Order: sequence, then structure tokens, then C-alpha cells
Amino acid sequence: MKGSTAARRLTYLTLLAVAFFSAFPLYFSVVVASRHNSALAQVPPPLIPGGNFFANVARVFDTVPFTLALLNSVLVSGSIALSVMFFSTLAGFAFAKLRFRGRNALLVLTIATMMVPVQLGIIPLYMLMVKIEWTGTMYALIVPSLVSAFGVFFMTQYLSRALPTELLEAGRVDGCSTWGLFWHVVIPTARPAAAVLGMLTFMTAWNDYFWPLVVLTPENPTVQVALSSLASGYVNDYVLGLTGTALGTLPLILVFVLLGKQIIGGIMQGAVKG
Amino acid sequence: MATRAPDRPAAPAGVPTRRHPRRPGWSARLHRIDVAVSPYAYIAPFFLLFSAFGLFPLLYTAWVSLHEWTLLSDTQTFIGAENYATLLTDPYFWNATFNTLSIGIISTVPQLVLAIWLAHLLNRPLRAQTFFRITLLLPNVTSVVAVVVIFSQLFGRDFGLINWVLGLFGAGAIDWAAGTATSHVAISVMIMWRWTGYNALIYLAAMQAVPRELYEAATIDGASGLTQLRRITVPMIRPTIVFTVIVSTIGAMQILAEPLLFAATTSGSGGMVTGGPDRQFQTLALYVYEHGFTNFDFGYASAASWVMFVFVVIAAGVNYLFTRRMGGEIR
Repeated sequence: MKGSTAARRLTYLTLLAVAFFSAFPLYFSVVVASRHNSALAQVPPPLIPGGNFFANVARVFDTVPFTLALLNSVLVSGSIALSVMFFSTLAGFAFAKLRFRGRNALLVLTIATMMVPVQLGIIPLYMLMVKIEWTGTMYALIVPSLVSAFGVFFMTQYLSRALPTELLEAGRVDGCSTWGLFWHVVIPTARPAAAVLGMLTFMTAWNDYFWPLVVLTPENPTVQVALSSLASGYVNDYVLGLTGTALGTLPLILVFVLLGKQIIGGIMQGAVKG
Repeated sequence: MATRAPDRPAAPAGVPTRRHPRRPGWSARLHRIDVAVSPYAYIAPFFLLFSAFGLFPLLYTAWVSLHEWTLLSDTQTFIGAENYATLLTDPYFWNATFNTLSIGIISTVPQLVLAIWLAHLLNRPLRAQTFFRITLLLPNVTSVVAVVVIFSQLFGRDFGLINWVLGLFGAGAIDWAAGTATSHVAISVMIMWRWTGYNALIYLAAMQAVPRELYEAATIDGASGLTQLRRITVPMIRPTIVFTVIVSTIGAMQILAEPLLFAATTSGSGGMVTGGPDRQFQTLALYVYEHGFTNFDFGYASAASWVMFVFVVIAAGVNYLFTRRMGGEIR
């Protein structure tokens, strides 16, 4: 019995250490962001926040078009999240509850596309964007991401479990079309899972970096692109870089901490059959 | 255009069905069309979008790679395998291949082992489950740009926190970004920090589906926690392990943002696309980026992409076989 108490204590200690290493870099970035550049040379390094945060924030807004970047990121991430929620619910409904030839094969194909390294097609994708004159615009970010394989898979899993087939049959008897069923029966049922999917998608889109870097210009950036020019443009101005980082990521992390339980439930549900 | 597709075939079918329930001929036909067509219409947006912006560019890469093709010139000359010949004799390409494999292994292997162990620790009745899970996932919701900016400061040569801590134990200051091995470790730490918790939660989800009785029986037989992990948990969640190994392999082969930003934040914007001044941490994806988006040599960069694709398939295949066999031995 004593041995198991010691083991439990060790488990808690280990998990606390992991929690510390997970959270500390974020905390430290806030510390640096609230300090003056000279504080970085202190030995030992500062470990509590200082009072220079707002002055640093002002410097961020002076250096890069940060307001525009925030607006762009909200627009892009918001549009993608809404669209992914809608189309994934639609496709998830079809895969989970409708009968059609090739359903299983197409579902497997959808899941398989998650493993395709599409990043390797980035050059023709860029050439395509040049051709249709979408480079430098938010269309180039939004349109390719309007629906995702993960979203379809996620909603399929949820709806096949949560949507009672009897309810759909009752709707059919009442003369509902397929679209009517989707609108009146599926959407209300799908809402909780779709909300989680929306949050996950929003965060992914908000954090996306490589494609925006390639296709946008520093004059009309998203938050991540603005952050990278902030961090790379000047000779090791860590305070500026970390202030931008704090501004661009902490709101999202705060939302995550508040809604974390649901989001984590979503990630774990999406993973079960993976 | 893809966005409009789903509501078209279904909507007109729906309205008349409800309005004329007494005319079986007409409405029955509409109903049949509705039932037959709607499913395909509903899944069409995904397949259209994936074909246009995922699959087509990937395949078209092969075609572009056979040409002398740049952003600026309007004409593209077919040159056969010439880009590939140049590529395979470029020492920088093989340097990037080595760096990719090195960073891939250093970041992925400890990460997945650690993730399994953490999931194992979390897979028991604990207080503050939610707290631990949320903190575990914090790094994953941090953007890659933020991660690299933060860790570049932590790995700083002169005033970095990590060197300061090492200094407490008597170690000299390490110039993390300058060396090949040290920069690979630094980049791998960033990747591990961001992805370990995520994978741990995936494993935890799989572990929760393992029947409790197996553990109870093992406990009665006197098996320790570690033995249970090795003999019960790992074999039971093997499909999930195979899945994460493959996904991580594919991801590791394409690492780009970390070296790009690490170079930018440590050596100014000078060595950005080369992965440091001596190319000490230029990955394959960064090599493609250098040729595609700073030299705008699309043909050559496409050839490099296509070779990378072959590497990804090989690496994923090898790891797939390896993970499956490993599971077999444990049995």
C-alpha cells in the first residue's frame, strides 16, 4: 500500500513538472515582453513581469501594420471556421446517415487525404494563385481551406453516434427532403460538435504560417506573418518580437484555457478511430 | 464555385415534395432524384476543393519539374531530367537531406516515447485531470512563430535562460544556433515542446478504450506499471501508434518554419532561407523554399519537391513496417 502512495506522488510530481515546462516558456515571454531591452542582459534573468508592456506594444504597432494583421487574421480564421463547420456537417451527415454507392470507399479516401503531404505542391499552388491574381489577398488563404478532411471525419464520427436514425426516418415520413432533414434535424444535433470543430479550425487557421508567408506581402499580412517580420527584421530585438508574440497568441491561449475542456474532448474524440 | 454546389440539387427537390404529397408520380420521381443525388452533392465540396488545391498542385509539380520554369519568364522549356541531375549532384541538397533526417529523428523518437509515458500516467484516476490536460496542450495552441521566437530567446548564446541554467552547473555558454548538432537539438526541442502533449492526448484517448479488466488481471498477477505499459497498453493501442508514427514522419520530413525562423531570429535575416550561415540546419523543405521563393526557380524547386515526396513515401513506409514489427515483438 505504501508503495502505491509513493507511486501516486511520483505521478503527480512528474505531471506537475510537465505542466511547468509547458507553461513556463509562455510565462517567460510575457516577462520579457513587459521589460526593457536592457533587462535581457541581467544575471540572473528577470522572472517577474515589469512595467514596460504598453510601451513595447506601442512599438509593435509602430513597426508593423499590426491592426491590419489582426483584422486579416480574424477575417481569415473566422471565415474558414464557419465554412468548415458548415461543409463538414453536410458531408458528415452524408457519410454517417445517407446510403449511397461507394460510401465506405469515399470515406476511407477522405481520411487518406489527411496523409497526403500537400505542402509539396506549394509551387504549382502559388503559380495558380498568381494566375488567378489572388496573391497578396485573403482569398488565397480562405478558399483552399473552406473544408477539411479532418472536419469531415470528425463530424462523420459524431453524427453517426449522436444522430438517431429514427429521427431522420420520422422526418422522411413527414415529407422532408434530404436538405430539409439537414436543416431541421442534423444542424441542431450537430451544434455542440460543430462548435468544437469551429474552435479547433479557428486556432489552426490563426496559427498557420507557411502558406500565408509565401502568398501574402508584409504590407498586408496576417498576425503570424507580421510576427515573423517583427522577429526577423531587426538585430535580435527579442523584446519587440516577444511583445508581438504575446499580443498575437495570448488572446487565443486565454480562450483555449477557458474552453479547454471541450476542445480537448474534441481532439480526443477525433483521435479515437485514427 | 465549390461553395455553392451542395444546396443546388437538393433544394428544388425538397420544396415540391412537401407541396404536392398527393401526386405520387411527380413527387416520387423528385424524391428518388433527391435521395440519389444529395449524398454526392454533400460530399462534393471536399473532393472538389481537395482536387483543385491539394492533389492537382502536387501532381503538377512533377510536370513543372521537367521544365526550365521561372516566375519571370513567359516561356517554359522542356529539359527532361536535367533539374534532377543538377539536384542530385548538389551537395547542399544532400546536406539538407541529412539535416532533415537528423532533426526528424531527434525530435520524433523521444517525443513519441515521452507521449506514451505521459498518456500512461494520465490514464488513471487523478485529481486535476482537466488542469493537466490543458497545460499539456498549451504548447500546441501556441503558433509556430511564437514558439520559435520564445525559444530563440531561451537558447540565446549570451543571455539565454538555458545557458544560464547550464552555467549554474558549471557548463560554458553554448552557441546553440552555430553548431550542427546543437542547432538540431534546439530545433528538435521546439518541435517536441509543441507536439508531445498533443500526441499524449491522442494516446490517452486510445488507452481509455482498452478494457479495464486486462489491467486488473495483470495487477492481481503482480505486474508492475511499466510491465503493464509494455505488455498490455502498447500492444492494445498499436494502431494508434502506427498512425501517429506515420503522421509524425510525414510532418518531420517537411519541417520548415522552425529552421526558417530560428535562423531569422538568431542571425538576422541574412541566413534565413539557408538555415544558418553554414547551412547547418537547412532542411529539405527550406531548400525547396530557397529555390522556389527567393530564386523563383520553379522548375528546380519542383524537382526538389518531387524527390522530397519520394523520400516522404519511403520514410513513412519504412516506419510503418518498423512500427508493426516492433508491436509484434512485444507480443
